Amino acid sequence: MTPPTLTPADPDRPLLDRALSGEFTAFEELVSRLQPRVYGLALRILGETHDAEDVTQQTFLSMIEHLGEFRGETAVAGWALRIAANHALKLLRKRRGLPTVPLLEVDEGYADLPHPQYIAPWRNDAGELASRREIRELIDQALAGLDEKYRTVFVLRDVEGFSVKETADLLGLSEANVKVRLLRARLALRELLTQTLGDDSARVRPHAHQHLLAPEDLS
Amino acid sequence: MTESQPPALSCEEILRALNDYVDGETLSAICREFATHLAGCNPCQIVVDNIRNTIRLYKDGEPYPVPSELSARLRDALRRKWAERFPTAGT
Repeated sequence: MTPPTLTPADPDRPLLDRALSGEFTAFEELVSRLQPRVYGLALRILGETHDAEDVTQQTFLSMIEHLGEFRGETAVAGWALRIAANHALKLLRKRRGLPTVPLLEVDEGYADLPHPQYIAPWRNDAGELASRREIRELIDQALAGLDEKYRTVFVLRDVEGFSVKETADLLGLSEANVKVRLLRARLALRELLTQTLGDDSARVRPHAHQHLLAPEDLS
Repeated sequence: MTESQPPALSCEEILRALNDYVDGETLSAICREFATHLAGCNPCQIVVDNIRNTIRLYKDGEPYPVPSELSARLRDALRRKWAERFPTAGT
């Protein structure tokens, strides 16, 4: 009798085990399963299809290279996404002419946070909106318009589901700084998307509550 | 404009708590205070809800279509790498 497991079994693990025993077709199947997520992560971080394709290829080549080192501490997909994130971030730094290893950056702090301005409940359910093509364009544009230092944190933490610690490690940031950047990214995206998706008839003025006053209204 | 009563939480504290609250972090003192505040603050409730919807919108979207030429290019590159890495293994 097998003991009950606390976490559901990793659906990709059997393929990885078969690949480890030398079965290339099992690895190919794993690649076709993971490819959309790996490509999506790279595209969101880099914003350019050609670079995203390169990162996708590098990711799977790295997986072959390090196949024997997989210890199963995370799910196979999580391992692949971490490799992809590393390759994507490296390329991003290279583009900016920076060293490809992250430098520890200064924490930003919470001063001068933009306060929510347009506050209204959304007209539609997010689950329903997610499947619409025009909404995809809207959210892609909003994300692409974010400063890179906020975009990377949002993609890794909120879209891909890395923990704050994992995101901090990937980016060479402190956990505190990840949290500040995440907040800035969330506030900026919320503001932008709500301007289009919010129900104007149910709009609430920020000055309806003193905690949400914009700094200029306080003078 | 002057306020007769200073807010129990500063704007900065509210925004900071908002992040932890959205993440469902263990309720720290400030989060508990925020939860109490939230119950009586409609704009804050809407902002929390907006942020949760924003995250969901990005997470729940359809995956990006992978360019077909990428799949072909990958297949060849991976096959070569595999043969190099595991020279004795069959494919």
